[in-house]
This record gives sequence, C-alpha cells and structure tokens, in this order.
Amino acid sequence: MASATIKPFLRLSGLEPLVVRPQTNFVNIGERTNVTGSKKFARLIRDNKYEEALSVARQQVENGAQVLDVNMDDALLDGEKAMQTYMNLLQAEPDIAKIPIMIDSSKFSIIEAGLKCVQGKCIVNSISMKEGEAKFIEQAIICKSYGAAVIVMAFDELGQADTMRRKVDISYKAYKILTERVGYDPEDIIFDLNIFAIATGIEEHNNYAVDFIEAIKEVKRLMPLTRISGGVSNISFSFRGNEPVREAMHSVFLYYAIKAGMDMGIVNAGALVVYDEIEPQLKQLCEDVVLNRSPEATDKLLAFAASVKAKDKAEVKNEAWRQGPVEERLKHALVNGITEYIDADTEEARQKYPKPLDVIEGPLMAGMNVVGDLFGSGKMFLPQVVKSARVMKKSVAVLTPFIEQEKEDRRLAHLAAGTVGTESAGAAKILLATVKGDVHDIGKNIVGVVLGCNGYEIIDLGVMVPTDKILETAKREKVAVIGLSGLITPSLDEMVHVAKEMKRQDFDIPLLIGGATTSRMHTAVKIAPEFAKGVVHVLDASRSVTVVGSLLSPEQKPGFLETVRKEYVKLKDDFTNKRTVKQYLPFAAAQNNKVKIDWNSFTPVVPTFTGTKVFDGYDLAEVVPFIDWGPFFIAWELHGKFPQILQDEVVGTEATKLYNDAKALLAQLVREKWLKARGVIGFWPANSDGKDTVVVKSGSPSPEASATDVRLECLRQQIKKAPGQPNISLSDFIAPADTGKGDHIGAFVVTMEGIEPHLKRFEAAYDDYNKIMLQALADRLAEAFTELLHERVRKEYWGYVHEEHLTNEQLIREEYMGIRPAPGYPACPDHTEKLKLFAMLDATNQIGVTLTESLAMYPASSVSGWYFAHPESKYFGVGKIEKDQVTDYAARKGMPLEDVERWLRPVLEYDA
Amino acid sequence: MDIRKSIQDRLKESILIIDGAMGTMIQRHKLEEKDYRGERFKDWPSDLKGNNDLLVLTQPDIIEGIHREYLEAGADIIETNTFNAQQISMADYHMEALAFEINVAAARLAKKAATDYTARNPGKPRFVAGAIGPMNKTLSLSPDVNNPGFRAVSFDEVATAYYEQIKGLVEGGADLLLIETIFDTLNAKAAIFAIKKYFRDSQQPELPILISGTITDASGRTLSGQTLEAFYVSVMHAKPLSVGLNCALGAAEMRSHIEELSQISASYTSAYPNAGLPNTMGEYDEQPEETAHFIEEWAANGWVNIVGGCCGTTPDHIRHIAQHVASIRPRPLPVKEKELV
Repeated sequence: MASATIKPFLRLSGLEPLVVRPQTNFVNIGERTNVTGSKKFARLIRDNKYEEALSVARQQVENGAQVLDVNMDDALLDGEKAMQTYMNLLQAEPDIAKIPIMIDSSKFSIIEAGLKCVQGKCIVNSISMKEGEAKFIEQAIICKSYGAAVIVMAFDELGQADTMRRKVDISYKAYKILTERVGYDPEDIIFDLNIFAIATGIEEHNNYAVDFIEAIKEVKRLMPLTRISGGVSNISFSFRGNEPVREAMHSVFLYYAIKAGMDMGIVNAGALVVYDEIEPQLKQLCEDVVLNRSPEATDKLLAFAASVKAKDKAEVKNEAWRQGPVEERLKHALVNGITEYIDADTEEARQKYPKPLDVIEGPLMAGMNVVGDLFGSGKMFLPQVVKSARVMKKSVAVLTPFIEQEKEDRRLAHLAAGTVGTESAGAAKILLATVKGDVHDIGKNIVGVVLGCNGYEIIDLGVMVPTDKILETAKREKVAVIGLSGLITPSLDEMVHVAKEMKRQDFDIPLLIGGATTSRMHTAVKIAPEFAKGVVHVLDASRSVTVVGSLLSPEQKPGFLETVRKEYVKLKDDFTNKRTVKQYLPFAAAQNNKVKIDWNSFTPVVPTFTGTKVFDGYDLAEVVPFIDWGPFFIAWELHGKFPQILQDEVVGTEATKLYNDAKALLAQLVREKWLKARGVIGFWPANSDGKDTVVVKSGSPSPEASATDVRLECLRQQIKKAPGQPNISLSDFIAPADTGKGDHIGAFVVTMEGIEPHLKRFEAAYDDYNKIMLQALADRLAEAFTELLHERVRKEYWGYVHEEHLTNEQLIREEYMGIRPAPGYPACPDHTEKLKLFAMLDATNQIGVTLTESLAMYPASSVSGWYFAHPESKYFGVGKIEKDQVTDYAARKGMPLEDVERWLRPVLEYDA
Repeated sequence: MDIRKSIQDRLKESILIIDGAMGTMIQRHKLEEKDYRGERFKDWPSDLKGNNDLLVLTQPDIIEGIHREYLEAGADIIETNTFNAQQISMADYHMEALAFEINVAAARLAKKAATDYTARNPGKPRFVAGAIGPMNKTLSLSPDVNNPGFRAVSFDEVATAYYEQIKGLVEGGADLLLIETIFDTLNAKAAIFAIKKYFRDSQQPELPILISGTITDASGRTLSGQTLEAFYVSVMHAKPLSVGLNCALGAAEMRSHIEELSQISASYTSAYPNAGLPNTMGEYDEQPEETAHFIEEWAANGWVNIVGGCCGTTPDHIRHIAQHVASIRPRPLPVKEKELV
C-alpha cells in the first residue's frame, strides 16, 4: 500500500478546523474584540458586561471573520482576568467558538492566561526578539507547549524593522531559531512584517508599503511554508477620520500585498471595499502612494481627501459642631474633610429640601465655595482639598439615586403630558488624560480632584491614552478644556502630536499641559505653535483652578489667551536667540576631553557574582527606613525641606497631619502586605572601547567578541567646558579594554507590585485622598528599595566599599561611592537603552515589570538604572548635544537617525 | 534496546494489539469494601469500594493477573491501572496524597508482568503504556448551567495533577504515555503540557505519546464540542506516536470516524472501541468474534496501526482481534511533504 501524503498546511482549530491551503483566500481576522481598537468593546469589558461583549464576537463571525483576535490590553483592566473570563464565556458559545482564536497581547502573561482556556489550536499574537533571543526562545517554548501557532513580529532589540532588508533578516533569524532550536514546524510560524503608516508627509515613510510588499516576496522565497500577517489599518493612519479614503487605501494595499503572498490580516471584516469598485481617481491616487510612484503622491491624495471630507480628623474629637443646623454641619464636614457623618447629614438635608439637587446646589456648593476660597487664598492646602473632595463625592453618591429617580419621574410626566422636557446644562466638562506610552498619573489625579472641587465635571481617561481616544471623547462629551499630563520625556512628543491633531480636526477648545517633564519653555517652543486656539502650561494643581476659570469665562478668555500667547512668543524668541550663546565642541574634540582616570594605579573590584539575582517579596519593613520624604511633600504641593516642613509657620500643621496620615497608611500597607517589593540586580564583566561604548560580556566571559555581548551606547557632554573640566560620558567610568583591566558594570530594576486592587477600592469609596497617598507612598517605597539595594550592592554584592556608615540624609545627598544613573534621565537621556537593561536582567520575566511603547515602566512605581563602582564616577547631565554626535550615536546603535532624534529630542541642540 | 526505536520498528511491520477493559475484568472478582481497603487502609475514613486504581496497592495480585491474561491473549501493549490516578480524581476518596505512589506501583506492576511474560515468550517486545485518563473535572465546560464562564478547576491545577501522575508513571517504568478517553481536549492539552514540562525539567528524552480521543455520540463530536479534525489539529503539537479513538462507541459506530482519521493523521492511528453499545441492563454483549470482524475490515482498508478494546472487552475479545489482524499489513505512516503545492 502506498503511503499517503500530508501537506504542510497551517492548521488551526476552534470547535471546527481551519486549514489554510494555497487556494484559501486571504484569511480575515476579526478585530473588534479588542479593547485597544474598539471603544465599545473596551467599555463593555470595563463595565463587566461580558454577555454583551460576546455579541461583538458573534457579529465578527457573522461578518465573515475566520479567526477571532481577542485583546485585553488596557491599563485599567486586570488583563489576565479579563482574558480568562472572556475566553471561558466564549467557549460556551458554539457559534463563536467554532472559529480559532488569536490571543493578542503585548503582555505575555495575558497570552498565557488565554492559552489556558482554549481547547482549540490558537494563534499567539505576538512574540518577538525585542527583548533578546533568550526571552524569545523561552516564550516560543511555552507557546509550543500549548500547541499554538505564533505570530513573530519583525522586531528586535534595535526596534521594529522598517526596511525590507531588516524585515527579512529578522524574520529569517527568528525562523532559524524557531525551527532549529525550539522545534517549531515552519507552517506554524506567521510573520507580522510591520505595516507602518504611509502618506504621512514624512519622506522616509513613503516607501513603507513597498518595503512591506517586497519583504513578503523575499520571506516567501526564503521560507515558503511560513505565513504573513499584519494589522492593515496602520497603513492609512494619517487619514484618520476619513473612512472613504482609508477603506480605499486598505483595499489597494491588500490587493498588492496579497498578490505578493500576504495570507491573513487583522481587518474590520465588514468594512472593506472591493478593489474594482473604488472610484478610479481615488484608486489611482491610492496606488501612487502605496507603490510610492511619485514624490507628489501624498500631497495629491491629501488634496483629494480634503475634497472627500468637504462633504482630618481623629485627634481633635471636638463634637460641638454636631449641634449646628444641617447646612452648617455639611459645610464643616467639607472644610474639615470629615466623612464620618456625611451619609446621615446628606439624608437629613435631602428630606429637608424640596429636591435632592437642591442639596447639591445649596449647602454642598456653599461648602465647596468656602473650600475653593480658602485654597485660592492659600489658607487651605492640597491634601485638605483632596479630603474635602472625598466628602463631596460621598455626599453626591447618596443623592444620585434620588436625582436619577426624579429625572425619570419628570420624563414620564412629560411623556404623559405630551410635552418635551429639557434638563439645564450641567457643569463645564474637563477632559484629563496621561498621554500614550506614559503610566504616571499622580499629578493628573490631583488636578482632577482640585478642579472637581471647583464645580467642574471631570472626565478622567486614565493613563496611556492615545490621541484618537482623547479627541473622540472630547468631541462626544463636548468638553470645554483638554488637559494632558506626562512624566517621561517621550510624552512631550505625544503632546505635540495631540496639539497637531487638534489643529487638524479644527478643535476650538484650549489645551492645558502639565506633568513633571513639561515646562513653560517646551510648551512655548514646541506645543503652542502647533495649535492656535490656546495652549497653556499649568505649573501645578493650585494654578489649574485660576487658569480654567479664566479660560471658561467669556469675558476673561480673550485677554488671558492673548497674554499667554505674547508671553510664549517672547519665550520662543528668547530661546531661538539664546541658542547661539552656548558653544559646543565637535564630537571628536569632546571625546578627546574625556574624564582622565589613572587606570594603571586602579584595580577594579570584582563583584561577588556575575549574572543576576532576584529579590522577590523583600520585607517592606526593612525598606521603610530608607524613605526620602522630601519628594512626598512636593507631590502634595507642600514646599519646604523635610523634616523642617513639619514645623513650618504656614504649612507646618497641614504637613504634620499629612505626614501622620501617611505614616499610618504606610504602617497598614506594610503590615497587611499590600505591596510586594520585587527587584533584580546583575553584574557582568565590561570594558569600554575608550570612547562612548561599553561592551558588556553578558553571556560569554571570553575577552573575544561574542554574539552575546551587549554594547551599551553612552552620550557625552558636548558643551564647551572651562579649561581642565572634562566632557563626561558614563563610559569614562568603565576601564577601557586596552588598559588590560577587567572591569564590571551592574544594573537593577525594582518595583512595587500590587497597587491596583487597593486603588480601585479607594476609588470605589470615593476616597481620592488615600488613593493619591498610596500612589505617592508606592513611589517613595520603590525609591527607598532602590537606595537599600544600592547600599547592599556597594557593601555586599559588588562589595567595593566595606567601611560605609552613611545616615539616610547622607544617602539622600548622594554621598555614597559609585552611582546608579537611570536610562532616560540626565546622565543617559536615551530611554531606548532601557531595552538592553531589561533584556540583560530579564526583568519582565523575573519581576514582572514591563515597558510601554514610550518605554515607561509598569507598574508605575518602578526604578531602573546602571551601577557604576569607580570612585570618580559621579552624577552629571549630558546637556544639549550636536548633530555630529547624534549621527555617530545612531550609527553605533544601528537605528535610523530620525528614530534616535525622536527619542533624544529634549537634548538636541538643533532642530530635527 | 531503545524503547522509542523498538516500538517504531514494530509499528512498521505489524498492527500492534493494545489490551482490553480493566474495569470489566475487575468486576469479575466481585470485590467488596474490605477487599479494596486491604490491611493498609482498613481504617480509612471514607468508602473505598470502586477505587479501582487503589487495587495496585491493596490487591496487586489481581491486577497483575489481569495484565497476564491480556498478554497471553496477544497484547503488545498493556495499560497501567491508573485511569483515575491523579490528585483531582483521587480527592473523591481523600487520597490525593497517594496519587504518586499508586502510579509508581501500577507502572512497576505492569512492567513486571510484561517483562516476565516476554522472558518466557521472547518472540517480540511488550510495552507498558502509562494510562492517563480524562479526570472527573473538565476545563472547557461549566458544571453550572446558570454560569457558563465558571470552571470547577483551572488549567494549572490540572497540569499539576497530571505532572505528578506522569512522574510516577515514568519512575515506575512505563514505556509509553497514553492520554486516553479524551472528552475535553483542554484537559488533554494540560496533560500534553505536563508531559513536555516533565521531560524538560528532568532533562530526559521524551517517552512516546499515544493520544486517544472519544467521540461521544452520533454528532461526531467530542463532549467539549470539537469535530474529529479540530480535535486532531488541537493535539498534534504533542508530536504523538499515534492518534486514535476509544470508548463511548462500539466498532460499528466508530467506523466512519476511524476512516476519516486515517486520512488526515500524520501519526500512526489507533482504535479501541467498546464491545458494542451497552444493552438496557448497561452491559456490553458484543461477542469477541463480532468485534474482531469489524476491526479486521478496518485493518484490511489500511486505516489502523494499533487496535484493541475498551469498555466490555475481555481477553477473549483481544485474542480474536489479534488473530484477525495478524497477517494484515499496517497502515503506512504518511509522508509529510515539504511543499505546499
């Protein structure tokens, strides 16, 4: 009997099989069950309306989706839990569960949670080498153990592949690893070759579609059994809001990509136009941009697109105030932040007043007006205001059901009488968001509370909010002001982007800018010129009230904006004129003026181990003594030195109360183990190349170059220094290889894990005071844990100091030997080096800290950095740098200059 | 001789015979509560009657005797008496802590029976398949009709229970690992996950894996709702030595499914049906020669590589099956092509 043959087809399954044969047409992957892509779906999941969320999946199947992409990547969600819940429910719906599932997440733990719920053969979307080979192999082995096909993103430690060559090279490398080392069958490998936006107006982007299409052909030639996928809608990103043009672009792009061999794609199955049905002129224009046929293609399509469109409390138990009338009691509770009696007092007031709304508009607003006046005149401080807000929220929560009932009664009465009811316009709405890629939100939460206390309705979109979502929400909710926040430097670019989009979309509401990384200067120079309808930098929460007040007053607004505009224009002019004042050295000259260290007479200390060491669940009680309280008071906008601030004439009383509340919460969170201190440290042999590169032997210890070597690239001060002063680079603190001295470098990541359920609990109790307090304490604990570990590194693990007896004050003043600079901060301003740091420490896997697209660390209370041991190493700021260094740096990193410039924008001396 | 090569060689030349029902054979001994308890568990707080897997500790001679009968009937592969021997099912008898010991003892017992028999009849090797059953809790289905998202057990719990069972079976000397009577593919995937992890952790070469699903009724689907091909696609990552079907159906009802499987499977195929469908008394009355005739036809069509019996089958059934397929060439292993067209 002759042997039968089996074809190497990609085979997937739900309750039914899906075999992808050569004659199988393009496989449509349903995209709407994705919280990042579908607002409706995200809202259903957030609101726990899982039953309704199932209907989104059903609709996708009915519209022809052959595979269902499910994504639960939302900062506000417990992603693992959401994925598990949804998957389990899906499995009970045979009409949906019949098709295979694509489990989509940038968090591998969410992917694994999904894989544990599905009996069929899934596709994992995605894994990549962005955190190095070791991580890639480990994740691939896990995917294989669950029997899933994998999408491999053309992404490595250097970043996402943009050119055809890089796409192919990375794919081929991944293919070799998967088939030869992990044991994957070639047909179970799917490549996502990165579809990027074209027709963006940036010349470098014009060829992205061509690069993608050409890469498909080459991948298929080299690895014929593999499959190609991609997120199609990225291609038309620059035409957001113009669906006819977007759909035409998708069809044209797919027409050519499928011809080249693209097998599947994530698409909105119901919204694809047929290629032949596209209006001929539009089709021609789309082809020109997709195939990059002429330099004017983008402008022509833009012109065409425009035409298409034309159409306190316990210690003083003074209860005397309880004797007053209810209005006085409510005011007292608000001003003093007392929640104890608020429910009963509110109920009493509700019964006294004709309508529940009268309670809000009467005694509650009267009380809050007193709070606002006291705060405005500097007689109340932020922590008190936040407590007042907590009282207000609790009171309103008591009244809300009655107000709703009344509205309903009125509506029914109107219906019965045949009249039309109109509700009076509510308070002005203010939208607040931490921009895409950033996870820090303490400051934004404070602003929200303060403005909320002043009678505005706050729509807080949370963290990592994409521009689209901000602007769509702003339109839908008819907000009066948009406020953006961010802590890390890449957020600045994101804010510029929002401003540009507001201009493009003809917004006529002011934009407020705030957050630790922002400045009046940056706002004046980079953001304000992009949006003419008002951009104002707000230094802190207390200023936000007057700024918003001026902006929302029709009388004050024009004058206020004009003053701000003049001020910013002057700042910008000063900035432009001042730039020539500073003198910079050519990069080569700066390199020659490095820190002169006499390596001959120095013997580097060898750490007690090489590789990594994990601290999981470090006793918080040991961490607490290392807390630096100074920044804690700054977070609460109480300015002064700790501990003197506790006796300060003006803010001393409030600072002391705040400090006592903080200590009480701190004691509770330590006792009840709310947070888990996790950290990983590592040391590796390292030498510099004598210039700005530190070669780390993270794998092979041999002095010869090895594939496992990690090359850390440093930036050097380039400003012209006084004679005898060096132009410092971190690499100067590591022994150059030609000295023959074996040196080491160390690294660390620490985090405080587990804050979310407690924040949610406080939120549910309308308790912003404790929410913000907990966030601020978690930040302090992460920093304290960093300080503690650094001390143990100096004394034990690296052991380069033995006689060190520093007080916490001395530690805070950085009097220790050696440094721990963090990527993204002054000594090494490039955030992208963090990717190497994370890969070397395997930090995501070891202690669960992940990086966002802007390379912010999540959980937000996390700290990372490098360890340098040399006694002459010191903290410094790189300052501004010139293009010659940036060009050299980009070449060393193997990154496109434009990408490097984007990441380094805050330190560039020139316009890029 | 390396077990992997040995069974590969045998599968190339012959249709191999796997043994028949264990439960049916145990019933014949009419064991009472005290027999299940033995001396060791005479004071155990809960009832033990029905805990068949426990018998490897309390009545090892009976179990070894059953193994011997099947070997004498012509079985190439005998299954360990461990169908329910993991923590989760054993919890019914409060015997979670004994799961590992039972697996080690069961594998040793079967191995001893096989080795002794082969020493006396050295013509061909006999293999011990460590039997991994579906367990009494299921990962894809909710036990609560009002709460379809609920699960009585988690993937990690199932994988952990199987991992311990697998460790016991391997340490006791099993030659093969048989995941059988799969009515929820996700439970089987947890078992596969545990096998892969166990051999990675212990850094030993993997033992051959045999996979056998169960089509529950005329719908042609598993209890968890998958079609046969969907089931097959979902377990192929185990790189199993064989894939097949057992239980729930008699040979007559299983025929079309075995035919389909023989066409799609890149692995060897196995089939061990029940002795027909149960009669109104819940007994199986299909005669040995009847079962053997069905299976002979499958063999002649080139559909199967491993055959035997499940519920209701006896050493007599196995003897008849072995005789009927002895001279028939096995299904050749399909060639996996290197190109798509």
